[in-house]
Amino acid sequence: MNTPPTSRPAEESFAVRKATRPAWDVLSERALEILIYLCGISAIVFVLGIFFFVFKEALPILGNSHFSLTQFLFSDQWYPTSELNKRYGVFAMIAGTFSVTALAMLIAVPFGLGAAIYISEFCGGRTKETLKVVIELLAAIPSVVWGFIGLTVMSRLIVNYTGAPVGVNILNGGIILALMSVPIIVSIGEDALKAVPDSYREAGLALGATRWQLVRRVLLPAAKTGLLAAVLLGVGRGVGETMAVLMATGHAVHIPHGIFDSVRTLTANIAAELGEAPANSDHYRVLFLTGVLLFALTFIVNLAADLVVRGIRRR
Amino acid sequence: MTCTPTIAVRDLRLAYGQKEAIRGISFEILRNEIFGIIGPAQSGKTSLLHCLNRTIDFTPEARVSGSIRVDGEDVRQTRNIFALRRKIGMVAPLPVGLPLSIYDNVAFAPRCAGMRRRSELEAIVEQCLRQAALWDEVKDRLDSLGTKLSGGQQQRLTIARALSHQPEILCLDEFSIAIDPVTTMRIEDVLKELRRSMTIILVTNLTQQARRLADRTLFLWKGRIVELDHTDIIFSGKPANRQTYEYVNGIFG
Ligand SMILES: Nc1ncnc2c1ncn2[C@@H]1O[C@H](COP(=O)(O)OP(=O)(O)OP(=O)(O)O)[C@@H](O)[C@H]1O
Ligand SMILES: [Mg+2]
Repeated sequence: MNTPPTSRPAEESFAVRKATRPAWDVLSERALEILIYLCGISAIVFVLGIFFFVFKEALPILGNSHFSLTQFLFSDQWYPTSELNKRYGVFAMIAGTFSVTALAMLIAVPFGLGAAIYISEFCGGRTKETLKVVIELLAAIPSVVWGFIGLTVMSRLIVNYTGAPVGVNILNGGIILALMSVPIIVSIGEDALKAVPDSYREAGLALGATRWQLVRRVLLPAAKTGLLAAVLLGVGRGVGETMAVLMATGHAVHIPHGIFDSVRTLTANIAAELGEAPANSDHYRVLFLTGVLLFALTFIVNLAADLVVRGIRRR
Repeated sequence: MTCTPTIAVRDLRLAYGQKEAIRGISFEILRNEIFGIIGPAQSGKTSLLHCLNRTIDFTPEARVSGSIRVDGEDVRQTRNIFALRRKIGMVAPLPVGLPLSIYDNVAFAPRCAGMRRRSELEAIVEQCLRQAALWDEVKDRLDSLGTKLSGGQQQRLTIARALSHQPEILCLDEFSIAIDPVTTMRIEDVLKELRRSMTIILVTNLTQQARRLADRTLFLWKGRIVELDHTDIIFSGKPANRQTYEYVNGIFG
């Protein structure tokens, strides 16, 4: 031990501090660790729990001799309360969900991404702040209010301007869903663009690119994963939304042939009928099976998205 | 060497907020010369280049006064800033590879200028990568990301990119800080070739590099010109100004 005397005090004080670190400190740190671990686990447990509960309620129907899974998936005959011949086909509602979501995305994706690009790249200062506040406000409107707007304002507009016999239809639901998804796409898309380092913008502009060329050739490729995530969250909202589409799409079970046809979506069907179906009846179980189907659909969408994102990342 | 000025700077001043970076300088750069700029850190060399192609606009608190004329046109009043920036190739000291493939990095500026034909683009990409002494190392992986190259390779990629829009003026800001001596020599040889077709502004901390390449050298210090003269006079051992002598001989400060 021939350390020079001057360095001794420092070493000692270090050792002292370490030794007297209060037990409470150590304990609370450990407790916090466990708490965070539990939070993480519980998220998984809850999702699995929900899935099992829904699946358990639906399971008995699969063994029922009156019920056929192919009929459930591919028939458009939905007569759950018929006295003589009950039929449980949800194909028309699958078609309804897809058509409303597809139309909504057709409207919302270009608008949402366009607005995100405008806010992030082409406007500054006060305009930018105002737009962001307005969009956050739009995101906060509850879905039943959107449904109400669809049922009254939008439906009247559609009847007046297109001459459609009823105003509650795919177009109405699509527009309402689009209006609900746009704020999500805009705010997440804008975050994705904001995350692109300024040095890329400066390098691109220094090479003589115009603003628009910069967006197209640098920012979109650089932010593509984030922008895709924005679009997918919008799609998720479209598939999962219940109240607004229940009110805006007309709730008619039939396979649509055009955007002025009324449809019913899977989610709206569950919301509307679960309260009336006697517990543990076939009808009740089929509605739970519809829930399982929705689970599967969202899972497929997410998985597909994940694969796409990975594919993009690898390139 | 023809003796028409291609760049004429008049009483240029630049301040970042309250902090003055360039304090009134005037000089001319002649067509097809290699113009060296030397000076200690913070002397305003990089800021001067930013004024030339107006990338100084990206710094909101920067205030510029005076005039810079490129081929007679005042860059501060230019109508077409995109054309101006294409006319001036800029190599920054810290390379910023765009998050694109090597090919797309070099093809970026020609595409922005409206070049679409594959054969033309391929030819220009190959030519620029060769001039930047990078072609042999990357020719088999033009599709991989430019940002995955090594530091020195990225720097050469930015040189190729600066050449890709066939600028009339090429500004190099300490281009060799991340490049090994052998490759640096190869690029210096290319610069000697390029001066036939363009004007080159060479900012460098290696005074010997200016001595090897530059026709004239400007010594900048604290935002002022200390001396501007033919390179052999600057390095002759008896330049007009004593500070110049001390700086180029490493006894400054
Ligand atoms: N973006 C900026 N904002 C504020 N001040 C800046 C900015 N860029 C440069 N400066 C200041 O301007 C002065 C000149 O900087 P500049 O980068 O031009 O020096 P330089 O000669 O290129 O130095 P070096 O040899 O270190 O690259 C410095 O004092 C610097 O702090
Ligand atoms: Mg510098």
